[in-house]
Amino acid sequence: MEKIVILGATSEIAQQTQRLLAGQQKEMLLVARSADRLQSVAADLRVRGAKQVIEYACDLADVSQHADLVSFVLQHFPEFDTVLLAYGTLLPQEKCRHSVELSLSEWQTNFTSAAALLTLFADVLEQRGAGCIAVITSVAGDRGRSSNYVYGAAKAGLNAFLQGLRGRLHRSKVRVLTIKPGPVKTPMTSDMPQGGLFADPVDVAADICGALENGRKEMIYTPARWRYIMGAINLVPEKIFKRLSI
Amino acid sequence: MTTVSSVPREVDRIAAIRPLERPPEYFSWGRYPRAQHDSIFKAYWTDQLEPILAAARPESCLPFGLGRSYGDSCLNSGRSLIDCSRLDRMLSFDRETGRLWCEAGVSLAEILRVAVPAGWFLPVTPGTQFVTLGGAIANDVHGKNHHRAGTFGLHLAKLHVCRSDAGVVECSPWENTDLFCATVGGLGLTGVILAAEIQLKPIQGDEIEAEAIPFQSIAGFQALAEESDKTFEYTVAWIDTFSGEQPRGIFYRGNHAAGFHPDRKKRSGVKVPFAAPDFLLNRYGLKLFNSTYHWWKSRRSAASNVSVDSFFYPLDAIRNWNLLYGSRGFLQYQCVIPESRCDALQEILAGINRDGMGSFLAVLKRFGSVRSPGMMSFPRPGLTLALDLPMRGDNTLRLLDQLDEIVVQAGGAVYPAKDARMSPETFAASFPAASEFRRFLDPALSSSFWRRVTRS
Repeated sequence: MEKIVILGATSEIAQQTQRLLAGQQKEMLLVARSADRLQSVAADLRVRGAKQVIEYACDLADVSQHADLVSFVLQHFPEFDTVLLAYGTLLPQEKCRHSVELSLSEWQTNFTSAAALLTLFADVLEQRGAGCIAVITSVAGDRGRSSNYVYGAAKAGLNAFLQGLRGRLHRSKVRVLTIKPGPVKTPMTSDMPQGGLFADPVDVAADICGALENGRKEMIYTPARWRYIMGAINLVPEKIFKRLSI
Repeated sequence: MTTVSSVPREVDRIAAIRPLERPPEYFSWGRYPRAQHDSIFKAYWTDQLEPILAAARPESCLPFGLGRSYGDSCLNSGRSLIDCSRLDRMLSFDRETGRLWCEAGVSLAEILRVAVPAGWFLPVTPGTQFVTLGGAIANDVHGKNHHRAGTFGLHLAKLHVCRSDAGVVECSPWENTDLFCATVGGLGLTGVILAAEIQLKPIQGDEIEAEAIPFQSIAGFQALAEESDKTFEYTVAWIDTFSGEQPRGIFYRGNHAAGFHPDRKKRSGVKVPFAAPDFLLNRYGLKLFNSTYHWWKSRRSAASNVSVDSFFYPLDAIRNWNLLYGSRGFLQYQCVIPESRCDALQEILAGINRDGMGSFLAVLKRFGSVRSPGMMSFPRPGLTLALDLPMRGDNTLRLLDQLDEIVVQAGGAVYPAKDARMSPETFAASFPAASEFRRFLDPALSSSFWRRVTRS
């Protein structure tokens, strides 16, 4: 892993991951919506030691912008070996569950656009016969919960998509890495009361870098305790689970 | 599908302006006084400050960095804090000239991590690297090289300050000079410092050639300072406050040594697990600590090369040493007294002894005469003494009021960054420029400290 394309480079987890990668003198192509914010993030990584940082501003939730993005990557960063997808939104569930429009936009950003974009990058790497596709999903996709099933459904879809993609790409020696963070202290969750289970984005970033570096990992929970927490949650029978307000 | 891309933008806008839901408690370093904040904004991007300030009520907000101010100058009881510690991006670094331009929430530790391997060092550094650049400017901090380099504010090339009434303003020693001079040492009240350009200084190595020399009196300290300030870049002394009016102490001096040691083992950073029980802090405990420390450090005075970390930031090795002072917290007291008034310094030491208070770590340093551009800057020529005192209620507060009297009478000043209790009179006597400074206050900003020292 030397040349990484990061989709959603201004997300908090992505920024912290990029800092670690910069410290290892990696090369990065960063994609995010706001050109101004992206510029400050890229500048920071250059100062912190990144070998090369290329910026590209576009709205990743808008599928019509994907083709231009991929051709930009192929032209300016042709030897990339890793794609890290890190963007997502989390609108308040109370608002989403009564609004088709908001729910659609959550699914569009978190599932539809992500799967669409990965389809394009998968073809490139499959042809090449090497590389890694890493995607930040969420523990929310492991089981639908009444408190955030709109977001959870999109992440569950993405998890399933990645499982299938892994099966397809493993024949061409492309690794698919599913990253499932628990709740993290980021702007995305700043409207929630951030309790003790909320992880520090710096720690999550360290786990992500470790998994990217370790060529065999295919799925990680971060922090690691979420593997056990979700294991336990998945064991609760639906009859009981539906009564829990979690 | 046209609404798809506009919805997330809406999310950003809301998240930027809304305060955190159930935020953690924000403390100052001394953990005294405690403050209940009405709301906490966490800034993730510099572009969020303008809307936050534009929507703020008059005198409602205060920027907060890493919370290393000791007293209440970083607190805003009953009102709002804007946590700026995540505005920590470095925006450009010219490795040829040593000019570093970064967002103001970046910590000095992060700056050192990038600068030292490139052969650059902070032109001035306080006793901890866990302060933000913005905090270092707002308190116009000083270090062991004050006699050579003056304060932090002397090494700035420009600032971006966000004001509620003017938006983002660029100021420097050459442009918008008034705002620049008010902001250096301006306690975060003249606008939120978004970014700053600092001139680093070149070094030939990452170690300090250091010496530790015992002395037995104030005169002994002065003689050492007189001699050392000429040939040493860094000088400071620790004194044993239990040893009377003619205190014994250890004088530290050092210069940058040549040679880099990239493999030096990083310190692990021990953590204090919880607030210490109060009985550890009685006078016998403190006395024992001071005697042992003096004995330990007096064993040898030969020069030796030490790491930058252990020379400048010995306390940073214990990440939250402030918890050693227990749940009631502690008060730090730092004053400066004109050198001609050594008698006042002795009176202060006698006062502490009389009350059986004593201090864990008392630090003595001779300030030089390099003038800061900061209108409200604390350092001025004279001897500066810094003490830590465990908070023991009214006795502690009464003692410090007595010390204030001695300081003011001697024509000295008390340091706001460390203060939690000085009176408006002491503040006015310490900072005659305060009335002029008021003109530069941002109408949306205030702090617990500012309301306390300006109440009529």
